[in-house]
Amino acid sequence: MSTPLLSIRAVTRRFPGVVALDRVSLDVGQGEVLSVIGENGAGKSTLMKILAGVQRPDEGTILLDGQPVTIDSCRRATELGIAFIHQELNLADNLSVAANIFLGREPRRMGVLDSRRILAGAEEALTRIGLDVSPMALVRDLSIGRQQLVEIAKALSANARVLIMDEPTSSLSAGEAEQLFAVVEDLRTRGVSVIYISHRMAEVKRLSDRVEVLRDGKNAGSLERSEINHEAMVQLMVGRDVSKYYARSSHAIGEVVLRVRDLVTPAWPTHPISFEVRAGEIVGVSGLVGAGRTELLRVLFGVDRALSGSIQVEGRETTFRSPMDAIEAGIALVPEERKEQGLVIDMSVRQNVGLAGLWRNRRPGGRLNRAQEETDTVAMIDQLGIKTPGQGQIVRFLSGGNQQKVVLGKWLTMSPRLLLLDEPTRGIDVGAKEEVYRLMEKLAREGLAILFVSSELEEILGMSDRVLVMHEGRISGEIPRSGLSEEAVMHLATGASNLV
Amino acid sequence: MKKIFGILGLLLAVLFLTALIEPKFLTAYNIQNTIRWTSLFGIISIGAAFVIITGGIDLSMGSLVGLVGVLLPMLMVSYGWSVPAAILAVLGVSLGIGVLHGLLITRMRLQPFVVTLCGLLFYRGFARWLTGDATQGFGNGYDGLRQLAIGRIPITDSFGLPMPFVVLVVLGLLAGFFLNYTVWGRYLLALGRNEEAARYSGIDTKQMIVVAYVICALTSGIGGILFALDVNSVQPAVHGNFYELYAIAAAVLGGCSLRGGEGTILGVLIGAAVMRVLYNAINILGIPTQLEFAIIGAVILLGVMTDELVRRYAASRKKITN
Repeated sequence: MSTPLLSIRAVTRRFPGVVALDRVSLDVGQGEVLSVIGENGAGKSTLMKILAGVQRPDEGTILLDGQPVTIDSCRRATELGIAFIHQELNLADNLSVAANIFLGREPRRMGVLDSRRILAGAEEALTRIGLDVSPMALVRDLSIGRQQLVEIAKALSANARVLIMDEPTSSLSAGEAEQLFAVVEDLRTRGVSVIYISHRMAEVKRLSDRVEVLRDGKNAGSLERSEINHEAMVQLMVGRDVSKYYARSSHAIGEVVLRVRDLVTPAWPTHPISFEVRAGEIVGVSGLVGAGRTELLRVLFGVDRALSGSIQVEGRETTFRSPMDAIEAGIALVPEERKEQGLVIDMSVRQNVGLAGLWRNRRPGGRLNRAQEETDTVAMIDQLGIKTPGQGQIVRFLSGGNQQKVVLGKWLTMSPRLLLLDEPTRGIDVGAKEEVYRLMEKLAREGLAILFVSSELEEILGMSDRVLVMHEGRISGEIPRSGLSEEAVMHLATGASNLV
Repeated sequence: MKKIFGILGLLLAVLFLTALIEPKFLTAYNIQNTIRWTSLFGIISIGAAFVIITGGIDLSMGSLVGLVGVLLPMLMVSYGWSVPAAILAVLGVSLGIGVLHGLLITRMRLQPFVVTLCGLLFYRGFARWLTGDATQGFGNGYDGLRQLAIGRIPITDSFGLPMPFVVLVVLGLLAGFFLNYTVWGRYLLALGRNEEAARYSGIDTKQMIVVAYVICALTSGIGGILFALDVNSVQPAVHGNFYELYAIAAAVLGGCSLRGGEGTILGVLIGAAVMRVLYNAINILGIPTQLEFAIIGAVILLGVMTDELVRRYAASRKKITN
């Protein structure tokens, strides 16, 4: 094999408490489309951030054309010909297509923008990828798919040799995705290398010359073109022993706590959803990013209003106009964004634990019940094992795991009937994860109904009595614990074929 | 608490320096006057603090002081309303304005700056139109009522505690109690720091924001009544001009962050005192009064900068020890 264009050698990157990348290596040849796949948290984004110059590796080397290079800034990455097409687009949408293509490297004549050269250059860049839009058009007037193509045009006009695409199809329609695939195939013939990151197995299979699988921050294996198939990829992504990590025991499952009938969320107005959750049951919700899971929880917690359909809690029909109504009905939500939605990060442990129950515990005249707040906080610090110097500690200074326990503590003081968890173990260390799992098991045993969304397949499989899999706003399937397997969930989540 | 020591230090330093240079500063008459004006501005600063704690701003306070200032004498003198009716009416107008601001901000999702900027223009223009720019006053009547603003509780032969100070103490205690000892106060502090998390905890954040603007407008109303009684000659075009900026400055000096979620009533009152003492010092030391704004601006900037530097220093220390 000739010298690869870009080569990553034994790159290691540590974060407090986690090794995000552990001696990861990969090669990309010129004109090759390499897909990098793995579960959330496998290390894909960290690796790509290192290539894009956003983060530095702790150890290891990066070779370009066989020469070691240091990528210490985004600018440097651009100079080396590495371009990054983000999941969230990075265009100034108030400017024209041409202005975006030349953003930061505008041709000038005597200090003044040379609009003629900008327009001509943009025209050429757009033609190159076969995108039929006017360079004068404002970016915000284009569809998401076309905006993405503009970003590719921008990268190519800056002479990119390696294009990193992170979940490029996550918000594209089928037709837009087709156009994107055509561009990627065209890039290959022009000798541009593409590192393609996606959860969608079908498109990975279709586009890739080779697939590199990451798992737990390590190389898990790679597949040559002839070996690429759905089963082989899933096998490499998930295959590991998970038997002892998840503390599940069988216990009686009770009455229906939550019954959802034909619920329509604002995010997917044409997709009614129906399901049930029973007391003592842990129901996992799996699916890809953007499948509509968080949107479902937001409606169940009254953050967004349902467009139609019914939500019954313990047999009672409810209409949630705000989280207040949902809390009143006995629902609690541990949200996905811990620091933005779960906690008032600059308040103390006590003030955060007490926040939801202030009104319920108030003393006459609306006075704070500080004694109750303290009792609750002491109980939660003890019960959940929150490691904090004291009740007055500002939550910002706690570790992620302990912050998450504070959020849980806030809700447990409310004695909910239904607990909604959105990515409950995101960004917390292994020890804290295990504690969260044990707590979930304990609460379920005590009769709480738990609905939890997670992008970590492993914990979905390990913790769920039943799994709802969502795909593009629909519940594409429901799998009982007995029928649970990585393959079964991934199959439904990637929409490989829909058997339901 | 630490923040209060900083601003208290600044207040004591200005007091000490001025007294050292010009002993006239310490005459009973001057002290009385300074306390009275501090109290009047302190009252509206409390209101400003509540809005700033939610992360908002109210630019209309000065115009509202002006509007209340012309309405009260008009109703009583020109229309012959009784004292309680007139006072209730102007407080009702203030309350309505506060509710309106709050609803425009929370329901229409307009920015507080814009809403209250429009208020600033509208109430001023309305007050001037209502009066045809004619100066309003209570004449020689209503002496009893005017004692609220100009009266004193004698302490010694020459020194008495101005009545507005009593009003300030009452309002300050109420505000402090509300902010620190009630559920609603905690809601305001929480939503000021993180409105989304507060909403996710089941707090009706919109309603609480309306409450903050109502409190702010009511303090403008109460302050407006006292200011009018004090001057007894209210010029619709200028009465209350810039008062919102004094109130905001006092709140910021007193430890409120414009980002929201932070602030103590005591700190804000000390902040108001710093503003008044500075103003008084400029007069009494014979510094050209044209420099007044420049000096006040410079002192506030220095105060805020010092505060920021101290905080960064403390934060970096904290990081190291962690």
